[in-house]
Amino acid sequence: MGDSQYSFSLTTFSPSGKLVQIEHALTAVGSGQTSLGIKAANGVVIATEKKLPSILVDETSVQKIQALTPNIGVVYSGMGPDFRVLVRKSRKQAQQYFRLYKEHIPVTQLVRETAAVMQEFTQSGGVRPFGVSLLIAGYDDNGPQLYQVDPSGSYFSWKASAMGKNVSNAKTFLEKRYTEDMELDDAIHTAILTLKEGYEGQISSNNIEIGIIRPDREFKVLSPSEIKDFLEEVE
Amino acid sequence: MVGKNCFAIASDRRLGVQLQTIATDFQRVFKIHDKLYIGLSGLGTDAQTLYQRLVFRHKLYQLREERDMKPETFASLVSAILYEKRFGPYFCQPVIAGLGEDNKPFICTMDCIGAKELAKDFVVSGTASESLYGACESMYKPNMEPEELFETVSQALMSSVDRDCLSGWGGYVLIV
Repeated sequence: MGDSQYSFSLTTFSPSGKLVQIEHALTAVGSGQTSLGIKAANGVVIATEKKLPSILVDETSVQKIQALTPNIGVVYSGMGPDFRVLVRKSRKQAQQYFRLYKEHIPVTQLVRETAAVMQEFTQSGGVRPFGVSLLIAGYDDNGPQLYQVDPSGSYFSWKASAMGKNVSNAKTFLEKRYTEDMELDDAIHTAILTLKEGYEGQISSNNIEIGIIRPDREFKVLSPSEIKDFLEEVE
Repeated sequence: MVGKNCFAIASDRRLGVQLQTIATDFQRVFKIHDKLYIGLSGLGTDAQTLYQRLVFRHKLYQLREERDMKPETFASLVSAILYEKRFGPYFCQPVIAGLGEDNKPFICTMDCIGAKELAKDFVVSGTASESLYGACESMYKPNMEPEELFETVSQALMSSVDRDCLSGWGGYVLIV
């Protein structure tokens, strides 16, 4: 393939007009654990599988869903360490905004700035793109919002989306189940069902993680007992 | 000065260097957007430069966020910009007045390094500020309608400015 001659350097276009490193980064994302997000009429839910490499791992120490500000949360598919770096940078940007304007950063602005960081790493020398796609969920004056940010730095607003392994099945499932006027609790059930579709093994409250944001604008990660209640409602 | 769902912002028109009057039509009250005005007293060049910087920041904000800045947000921005120059400040005392959500009036003032002071009734700055404090305090009433507010602000401005040799040569009153 002619493209492979151009895959060594990030900052060189291939003759077909692609940046091959970004394609590889997207492949890294595509082999990561499934994550998804759904925007309901009165909130947003994001969820992910939390498959740990062994039963000896302490699952409470692994946090795949993080809050960026009190009203914005994020989940990822791909490389965990890259995610941690992005979370750190985004949190700093959100706080810088607050320091300047004494107002919480709107979701679109934070998404734009995070995407700009990811784009910087596709146009500098000696660095590689981030191997994560992010799903950023937030609630501000413009209502509930869900954005996906890719390693290239492009971002899209979604009503419902999935990333990682099994993404096409998950998206088809979501397309069938999504309705415009869904309530948040329905969205949580749908999210659990979608995860269940592609899950190898038995789903339980310890191997998935769910984050929600309601009209009270407080992002919270559900505890295993809360997840258990929702799981029981689904079955 | 705050009125009922409105505010007034006023200034004199003199630009002088100690005893010499350079201009009698100097603009000190500037528009940021339809519902937000800033008055800058102090050094003339700093007032103009600071205004240009603030308009620049506000225009960028409008383009990025697709909305006008709220007065409280703008006041925080001015405060941050002034404090950046903590050890070589702009010699300006701003007076910020605007209508926030639901047209609720907002006013505040700052010193030249950004110490914000919010008020519910009136704020003053400039060489005649002490005299203005007295005049406003005695003439102010809460919930004035725009016409009455105009009268009150004009009288307060004229009487204080007449008592100060460095202020005067006309007045400019804006009601929003």
